This record gives sequence, C-alpha cells and structure tokens, in this order.
Amino acid sequence: MTTSPPAELADAARDDGSLRRFLHGLPGVDQVGVEQRAATLATRSIKKQSKLWAIDMAIRMVDLTTLEGADTPGRVRSLCAKARRPDPERPEVPSVAAVCVYPDLVATAVDALGTSGVGIASVATAFPSGRASRAVKLADAEYAVAAGATEVDMVIDRGAFLAGRYGEVHDEIVAVKAACGPAHLKVILETGELVTYDNVRRAAWLALLAGGDFIKTSTGKISPAATLPVTHVMLQAVRDWHGHTGEQRGVKAAGGIRNTKDAIRYLVAVREVAGPEWLTPDLFRIGASSLLNDLLMQRRTQLEGHYSGQNYVTVD
Amino acid sequence: MSQTTWDYAPAPESRDIARLRPSYQMFVDGQFVDGAGEPLKTINPATEEVLAEVATASPSDVDTAVRAARKAYERTWSKMPGAERAKYLYRIARMVQERARELAVLESLDNGKPIRESRDVDVPLVAAHFFHHAGWADKLPYAGYGPDPRPLGVAGQVIPWNFPLLMAAWKIAPALACGNTVVLKPAETTPLTALVLAEIVQQAGLPPGVVNILPGAGDVGAELVNHPLVNKVAFTGSTEVGKQIQRSLAGSGKKLTLELGGKAANVVFDDAPLDQAVEGIVNGIFFNQGHVCCAGSRLLVQESIADELLDKLRCRVSTLRVGDPLDKNTDVGAINSKAQLEKIVELTESGDAEGAHRWTSPCPLPDKGFFFAPTVFSDVSQAMRIAREEIFGPVLSVLTFRTPDEAIAKANNTPYGLSAGVWTDKGSRILWMAQRMRAGVVWANTFNRFDPAAPFGGYNESGFGREGGRTGLEAYLDV
Amino acid sequence: MSEERASGGAGNRITVAKTYKLFIGGAFPRSESGRSYPVNDSRGRFVANAAQASRKDARDAVAAARTALRGWSGTTAYNRGQVLYRVAEMLEGRRAQFAFEVAAASGAQARRAEAEVDAAIDRWVWYAGWADKIATVLGAANPVAGPYFSFTVPEPTGVVAVLAPQASSLLGLVAVVAPVICSGNTAVVVASQDRPLPAVTLSEVLATSDLPGGVVNVLTGRTAELAPWLAAHAEVNALDLTGAPASIRTELERAAAGTVKRVLRAPASEPDWTRPPDLRRVRTFLESKTVWHPVGV
Repeated sequence: MTTSPPAELADAARDDGSLRRFLHGLPGVDQVGVEQRAATLATRSIKKQSKLWAIDMAIRMVDLTTLEGADTPGRVRSLCAKARRPDPERPEVPSVAAVCVYPDLVATAVDALGTSGVGIASVATAFPSGRASRAVKLADAEYAVAAGATEVDMVIDRGAFLAGRYGEVHDEIVAVKAACGPAHLKVILETGELVTYDNVRRAAWLALLAGGDFIKTSTGKISPAATLPVTHVMLQAVRDWHGHTGEQRGVKAAGGIRNTKDAIRYLVAVREVAGPEWLTPDLFRIGASSLLNDLLMQRRTQLEGHYSGQNYVTVD
Repeated sequence: MSQTTWDYAPAPESRDIARLRPSYQMFVDGQFVDGAGEPLKTINPATEEVLAEVATASPSDVDTAVRAARKAYERTWSKMPGAERAKYLYRIARMVQERARELAVLESLDNGKPIRESRDVDVPLVAAHFFHHAGWADKLPYAGYGPDPRPLGVAGQVIPWNFPLLMAAWKIAPALACGNTVVLKPAETTPLTALVLAEIVQQAGLPPGVVNILPGAGDVGAELVNHPLVNKVAFTGSTEVGKQIQRSLAGSGKKLTLELGGKAANVVFDDAPLDQAVEGIVNGIFFNQGHVCCAGSRLLVQESIADELLDKLRCRVSTLRVGDPLDKNTDVGAINSKAQLEKIVELTESGDAEGAHRWTSPCPLPDKGFFFAPTVFSDVSQAMRIAREEIFGPVLSVLTFRTPDEAIAKANNTPYGLSAGVWTDKGSRILWMAQRMRAGVVWANTFNRFDPAAPFGGYNESGFGREGGRTGLEAYLDV
Repeated sequence: MSEERASGGAGNRITVAKTYKLFIGGAFPRSESGRSYPVNDSRGRFVANAAQASRKDARDAVAAARTALRGWSGTTAYNRGQVLYRVAEMLEGRRAQFAFEVAAASGAQARRAEAEVDAAIDRWVWYAGWADKIATVLGAANPVAGPYFSFTVPEPTGVVAVLAPQASSLLGLVAVVAPVICSGNTAVVVASQDRPLPAVTLSEVLATSDLPGGVVNVLTGRTAELAPWLAAHAEVNALDLTGAPASIRTELERAAAGTVKRVLRAPASEPDWTRPPDLRRVRTFLESKTVWHPVGV
C-alpha cells in the first residue's frame, strides 16, 4: 500500500484550490440512474452452489462489530469467540475478517483473539461524530494502534467537508494514516450525512488521494447507513482509481446490512461494478453484527434443506 | 471454497406456469375457433424447439372477424357509456396483473427476451396501459377534442414481434377506450401472448366481437388492412412494410397511424454523468437484444471523452450475460428468428467491409438457438451502412462530434426520427438539444423510458401518430 | 336496537352489534373525550352509538393527515390510481352492507339505496381514473416569449378538511372525498352528523385497500363543534364547506381567512349527487407550479 498518491494525481492534492477543482471536475452522478442500476443488479438470482459460495465469502468479509457505550471486556471476549468460530457445530465455517471495537477494548480483543488470524479493527478519531481537535483525534488513533489494533476505522470531518474545506479533510486523513503505522486505514465517509451521490464520489476520491486503504460507507450510528447505490458509487471510485494508478483499494459497507439476501446483493455489486478481483476480504468488508447469525442460518438451510431457527445459532 | 471465481449458478424460471398447449386457436367473436389458413409453428428462438402450432386466418376468416367487430361496434360497444367500457378495461388490467408471471414466462419462451425484462418491464407496462386507458374511456370530453369525440368504428391492427404483448396493449387499450372495436394480427413468430390476452378478454366478460385476434403472416395483415369494413388501421413494424400499407390505403379514406423503424442517436457530452451515461448507452442498445425501434443504435460521443467513455463501455458490456432467456440472471436473450440473425450478421459484415473497427464482447454464447454477442463498432462514419440502416440487433455504432451543432446535424442526418438521447449535466443544453432534435421522443440522462401517459411516436420515416397519453387518443377518434 | 341487520342470521340468532369508532391515522380509536351519541334511522329508531369526536380528535386527525401527506403526494399518480381502484373493488364487495346502511339512514327503498351504492362505486372509479390524467389536462407547457422552457404542473394543496354532505351519507361522501385524494391531498373528513355510519364503514374499506394510514381520516360527531377548529387550524391548507350548517358558514369562511385557506363554499342546498361531476372539486384543491429554465448550449 502506498502512502502518497501517484504523480499524476499528486497535483490534485497540492492545495485546497486544486483539490476543489479536481473533485468538482469529476463527472456527476445521476441519482435516478445509479439507483436504477443498483435496483436492477439487486434482482440477480443467486442460487445453490453460488449461494453457498457467497455465504462463505460474506462470512469471511464480516467485520464483527460491537460499538456500544455499554461494552465491557466480557462482551468483547464473547464477540471474539464468535469471530473465531462463528458456528461451533460446524468447524468448517470460516472465521470472520476482523472484530471492530472501541479503542479502549482493543487490548481485550488482542488477548482473546491470540494467533487466530482474525484482525482487530478499532474505530478512532472521535468516532462517530468526528467532532474533536486534531490532537485528540490523532491521540485516539495512536492509542488504538499501540494497544494492538491491526486496522483503524477513522471518520472524516463531515462539517469541514460540507463547508468545502477539502484540504483540511485531506490533511487529517494523511495525518491519521501516518499515525496508523503498520495498521491499515479505513476512512468512514458517513454517506448518510453527505446525502448526495456527488458528495459521496468526491469524498471517496478525497480519501483515496489521501492514502486511505479502504473507504467505508458509514459509522452505523445514523440512518441511512450503507445502501446499495452509495456502495455502487464507492465501488466505481476504487475501480476508477485502479484504472488510473494500478492500485487496488478496498470498500467497506457498514450498517443496515441485516440479512443474507442483502449481503449477497452487496457481493453482486462488488463483482459487477468493481470486478471479480475485489471479491476478497482484503478488498471488501461488511461491517455488521446481527448479519452473521443470518448468514449462519442460511448456510445451514442450504446444507440441511430446511429453514433454520434462532436457537440453532449462538447469541454471542 | 470450491470455486476460485464466483459464477452464478443457473437460476431458471419454471416453464410450467406458461401452461403451454400443443395448439392454439384464433379468437373471433368471443370464441376460440380453428382457422382456415395453414397453421404456423411458433418456435423458441433460444432452443429452436417448436412451442406450439397456431391456427392462422384465411381471407374468409379475416372477413368473418371484421364483420363480427363491425356488428359488436354497431350494436353494443358504440352504444355503451364510457364508464361501463372503462370497467371492462380495468378488469383486463387486473387480470393481466393476476396472470403476470404466466404471461412473462410465455413471452420469454416465444420471443427470446430475458425473463427479467418481460417480468419487470413488459408485463407491468401492459397492465399500466390498460389501466391508464380505462380511465380515459369516460373522460373523452376532457381530452381536448371537443365535447363529444366519437370513435371511428373497426380498427385493423398489425403488430411486430419485438414486444408482442406490450404492442397488443398499446393498440387494444386506446382503441377500446375510445369506443372502437378491434381486429388484431400478432406477429407471425410471436402469437402466443396475444392469444392468452384473448383468454383474459373472454374471462373479463368483454362482449363478443369487441376484440378479435387473428394469427398469421404478412398476407393476413394485408388482407386485414385492406378490408373495406375496417375504418382505421394501426401498424407497428418496419418502415418498408409501413410504406406498403400507406400506399395501399391511398384513396381509401381509412385513418392510418404508423410506428416504424429508427436509428436513434444517443448523444453524450463531455460533462455527462459518465457512469450513468454508460448504463444508458447499454440500456439503449442492448435492452431487448436491440430489437427496439427506438434503440439508441448510434452513439454520438463528444470527441474529448470518446476514449474514456469507450473504455468504460467495453468493460461494462463485457459483464452482460447472454444466454437462456428463462434464466433470471440473463441480461441479453435470443435473437427472435434465424432471419433476423442473418440480417444482423450481414449488416455487421458490412461494418467490417466499410472500415469500422469491431469489438465484440468475449461473453460465452449458448451453442444452440439464435444468439449474437453484443458488439460495438467504433470509427464509424455517417456514410456507412451500420450508421444508416436499422440493424435491430445488439450492435452499437459509435461516431464522434466536436460541438453541439455538429451533434444535432449528425443526429438529424437520417430519414428516421423516432427517438434520441442526450447526456449532459447542463439543464439548458438538455432543453436546447431537445428542441432541435427531430425525434418524437427525446430522453435526457435516461433512455428507453415508457409510460402510458407519455405519448410515443416518430417523425419522418419513423411513422406518424402517437401512442399513449392524451395525444394518443386522437388516433382512435373521429377528430 | 333494530332487528333488521344485514348481517343478521336466520331465526332467533342474536347478532353481534358493531361499535362505530373514529378513523385516524389508519386506526380506529374511540373519541379521546369518551363521548358518543345515538344514531337513529330514518324512522327515529335507535341504530347504534357513534363516537362523538372532540377538538383533540380533530387535532390528531390533522396531524395524521399532515404526516401522511409526504408519502401520498410523493407516490406516482399511477400508484394512487391503482390504490383508489382497489378501494372501488372493496366497495363493490360490500355493496349489500352499504345498501342496508344507506337505506336505514335515508329511509330509501332497497332498490334506490342499491342504485346509490352503485353510483358511489362508479364515482370512485371515475376519480381513480383521473389520478394519472390531471397533470395532462390541467398542466401546460407555456409558450413564453424568450429562450426559456416554461411549464406549469398542478400539485396537491396539502391537508384538506372536508365537511361531508348531511343528507347523502354515501354517494355525497364519496363525491367529496375522492376528488380530494386522487391528486395527492390528504383529508380530514367530518361525516354527516345524523347519518355517519356509512362513513365509518367506508373507513373500514379504506383501511383494507392499501390506502396508507392518515390519507383519509374520518370524524363523527357534531359538525358545528368540530368545523371551527378545522377552519382555523394552521396545518389545514384547504376547506370544503359542503356539509356546513348554514348558520355557521360565514363564520367558517372568516376563520379560514386567518391562514388564507383555499375554501370551497357550500352550495345553497345539497346538490343532486347523481349528476355527472366535473373537475371543479379536483381543481379547487390543487396548486399550480410554474417552472422556468433557459434553453441554450
């Protein structure tokens, strides 16, 4: 992963003015058109072997998340156990990609996950609002990394973005990226607050220019969180980025993806908008909590031939 | 993980719901009857299997049907208050909705179009047309044609194979709403859904003779449009046949509307919302395998973005899934007939011969049935056959332009004038282009949108008369 | 209690009597005031108690109508037409029940009551078919003198308070409600004071017809008590005074002026509802929006 943009795009980020010209020079997104494309792709019918494949891939892409004020070490330990072994009766079910917790619970997660290979993502930068001083936000990120987080999910300053202070947003991402050290950085755009698809496209490009490894839709704390059309726009951005630079960056859809049907629709979008090469946890993640159980139940249904039930999967 | 790549497993819609029968009869004077013409065999273009044998009409059958329509008009239909006619049309609309899946599957079997399209586009629009026109039946005084516009009498209607059920709806609904009775000939290769519509008409209790369906080939159509007791002729099909009909009706006093071919220009400016423009281009030419009179078959792209757009376009076209029309994941289905496939092949070969650069999607094709891989020709000039002649297949011809005036000149440089597309983020330019394009339908930042409330029809050799909306009623009124 | 009920069984079977409640936000609450009043048939015999709505019920109904407005005016005209047609399907299914209630209310013979019900259903169908045609007939492209594209579209006015006719308990009711909602408005309807029961049965039909809750709200009770609150309410955009008692009509118009409501005045006497309608009721509750945009490269 590079830490600075390729030469031809470096100019775009030279200063606030160039950044504005670049971002506002990107082609617009027609709302009706993108929503229609997303809706048509959502009619793909994924059955049998391809459904099973998709379920397993979706499980592998889950960032199993708990981000509540009431989180305790006990809660996090249970989460980690589930993350490693989602279905105790079926050991062949893969582990999820990562857990996602608040910075002060990272150490607990590190302990609980051991050498399982499951990643530890921590939110940072005054998640979810992003309203704090630069120093506080950087300290937040550094703390998480020091505690052992392998991934950092930061939030952009939406206030600055909506006020047009793109340079500020850009520089903040660069600073957080530096603070991440070896940890990989996901940049949460909070698309529900950006509202228009044009804004989502601009914020996506901004985050990519600033070196984010992943662009992420939402904090999951407001509605709307992830939607298919918004994710389309972001998948198109990473595809275009790849076309310009040869680099593959990732996308994470978080919040509001509650069942297998939804998850599979996201995978279809990944495959057909970004490309089949993006169908890997290294390039696509789903931030979710209750989704995992639905994936496990649907997996059982596919294999056992009858509908499953809540009591056949663990609550945590 | 057993697969390294993710291929979608086949997801076929079941055929059973189409209730295919080995043979189908004509529908005349409220009954299903045998025809005295030579029965035709209708095939599934995706597999080349015979679906059913269908009765066809002889000249005397045409006469019987027209007389039945005439009688129904004089004795029942023209005397019935509009509010009562409306209720029949509402019933038909509802029953189409109730049998939607059956109709969609049957349409895909007979025509070759993907089930996703017949299910999500064709059949819902059919119901909508009946619904919309039901509401006009008792509101004709508000349509702008005077306080009491009268119907014409018996309408003879001939429809094409590309949207079999939808074209039947576009013809029957307004005709009945205005108080006419109809005799309709579906296309030779796609008669089945019209005959199931006849069942629905019968179940709705429509008085006998108000709607009559006569399957057959061109000769039956000619017999029908030339019958002296037909007062109004409506034809959708090729420009060539449209001209023949117009010629044969000369001096007859019969009212005529024609909806013919097209070679629409889809114009993309450098400030277009690019990804959606790509979708619009794809939809414009590959929807329904390109068997659309209003297909965006000529892409006019502003030179400054041509390379970027074509790259994206080729990428996108490569993801189109071509195959079994009954598979829910199929994007592009079968070409309707061997004859049509041969025509497409011939024209694309002319493209090669005349020096255009051909790119074809690397998608796999089924090994039987009539299929053609989506193809894009670039470096096309106005003089080439692929820029002038209607291919009616999944083949796009790409030309470039530099200025808006040049775009207009090239877009209008055709004897056709059915539809056009404009892609730009600038509102004033959309309106400027729309004003100048000589086309009956202009789509801006979208394509292939149809609605019963929005009139549809062409300029010049794309025909005359409109279907849909207030304007479309004129065709069926004596005004 | 009247022995003759449409749903009555044979012999000595005791029927299950219906409780007639208000219809607000898609639900059937009693009046928050706990009041009810007796409804008699045309011969003065007791039929049932109807809820007697209060100003707070009216307030709640307006709030429900306001909440429902965005969704209802935002659906496609085609969709509204379909929903209204579905209402007609449901009305047709309950033809006998309505005929019974109309006959009891007005004293009409069975055949005339049935004819009124048929007319009401057909009237509803007429308006269902208008939903996706209003813009065509009442809108326009404006041939302005300049390089501009200008068009005018009709839009629903918002929440309409309707005082339903006092005498015609079903046909008259349908004739005033359907034109309001077919264009996307939502309604708060005060039913006929003495003949409210068909309005409640109509509410049951609406509740089972895919009509979103809050699009039509029906209050039963004293017209003179409820009307002034609706006429002055700032969230009510328009007022149909058809069923207003003559003595308070002027006062209601004055109250409506406080928020510049669009007012459809009451006719001097209740019209013959069987006469073919025109677009006046639809037009009254529409705004016209004119849009301009330059035409140029």
